[in-house]
Amino acid sequence: MPTLTLKNVRKSFGGNDVLRGIDLEVTTGQMICLIGASGSGKSTLLRCLNLLEPIDDGTITLDGTDISEPGFNPQPVRQRIGMVFQSYNLFPHMTAMDNAMLAPRRIHGHSRAELEPRLADLFTRFGLGDRMQHYPDQLSGGQQQRVAIVRALAMRPEIMLFDEITSALDPELVGEVLDVLRHLRAEGMTMVLATHEMGFARELADTVCFLDQGRILESGPPSQVFGDPQEARTRAFLSRVL
Amino acid sequence: MPTRRQVFETRQRRRANLIAAGSTLAVVLAIVVLVPLAPGWDRVQRSFFNGEVFAKTFPGLLEAFLLDIAIFAWCAPIIAALGLAVAVARDLRTPALYPVKLAAILYTDIFRGLPVILVIYLIGFGIPGLGLPRPWNSPYIWGSLALILVYAAYVAEVIRSGIESIHESQRAAALSLGLSSSDSMRFVILPQAIRRVVPANMNLFIALQKDVALLSFIGPVEIFRQAGVYKSLLANFTPYVGAALIFLAITIPATRYADHLMNRQRKARS
Repeated sequence: MPTLTLKNVRKSFGGNDVLRGIDLEVTTGQMICLIGASGSGKSTLLRCLNLLEPIDDGTITLDGTDISEPGFNPQPVRQRIGMVFQSYNLFPHMTAMDNAMLAPRRIHGHSRAELEPRLADLFTRFGLGDRMQHYPDQLSGGQQQRVAIVRALAMRPEIMLFDEITSALDPELVGEVLDVLRHLRAEGMTMVLATHEMGFARELADTVCFLDQGRILESGPPSQVFGDPQEARTRAFLSRVL
Repeated sequence: MPTRRQVFETRQRRRANLIAAGSTLAVVLAIVVLVPLAPGWDRVQRSFFNGEVFAKTFPGLLEAFLLDIAIFAWCAPIIAALGLAVAVARDLRTPALYPVKLAAILYTDIFRGLPVILVIYLIGFGIPGLGLPRPWNSPYIWGSLALILVYAAYVAEVIRSGIESIHESQRAAALSLGLSSSDSMRFVILPQAIRRVVPANMNLFIALQKDVALLSFIGPVEIFRQAGVYKSLLANFTPYVGAALIFLAITIPATRYADHLMNRQRKARS
């Protein structure tokens, strides 16, 4: 049963067509990896899914509701779809714990005491048990990114979007963040990732989509996209990055 | 054993210090020697730097300065609150609240565009002129209001520049969690923006401390007015010098502290 369905999604920024007709289905429990060169539209696609960018044409439906309808209130949708950014975007004036608490406190009206045990548990599971009271600038890039993931998970989203979340990290820190994703994958979280980690995509994705100039040029299981790419441009891209 | 580089740098530093000390000494000497040679120096010394008058008037000036501090103390928090409200109002995006936004824009444009003394005259003389009963005809109230209106406009602009300096990604992160735009502003953007503009706002409040003296033009006998009273009484300008020293005793440390904060922030961000 498809959770999130995109039909002919188009988006342009000042005459620059970034998405030129995207069709995609995200089913519950699935992990989809978006690959492609910088500027191919991966990040924009994720921002459109989270309604941070309104789309120009086409539709995005979530469980049958057209969430791309102009004027649709994005807040409830964003509460169901979590997002993690390449540059972490933690709130620098709050501790890791306060970063994670802000949204559930304001939106669900939970108290600190109610949230504390559950969030502490999440932090601990991702190896941050002793970092909850630290401020972002006291944490390494990998730790900050894991805090950002916990912050998004604190809202108990049904779908998680990851926008090149390891691209700003030093190579030795990439592993710890990918481990978190493996963890979520094992728990059956529905995920859409824009990523340059081809090995990771190959290992875990249900579907890999190759984006090129705002279109999904090729998609399928990783064995097919990586092992037997049909399009010349996919082959050219893979030969550059693998 | 110092390295070649260290020896060279030590020599350079010593040379620079020597030149700086020499040229400073030359300038000070020139002033100390040349100024008393001016034909009117005796008269200036008697009427501006008169020790006897200074000793006699200084306690009275200090006492009058308490009024400056009191006016500052009740204006400052109102300015901070109003400035913040106006800054947020200028950032409103809800169409229904457009009149509020428009009012905020007009307000900052008008009060940043007028000389403080003009606003003090217009409000300080104009509103009591309506024939209001006591205490509503008090120059303290309307003079303070004039200062509040002018300075809140500046504070609002400084806070707005702080809001604009917070990267869009912070807003995106807040919204992506499902927070409303007002919650994003209140819990994510504003706390960071306000911290960032603390030094700039401190400079404004130092300027306010000085501009409190302008209220003397509409009545209150604060330090500047008191110095004027002494001047007329004793036919001597030394009280003005005394008043100047009292201002400097407050403003120089405060300015240095603001500079220090600003430097620290610049370092923290680089």
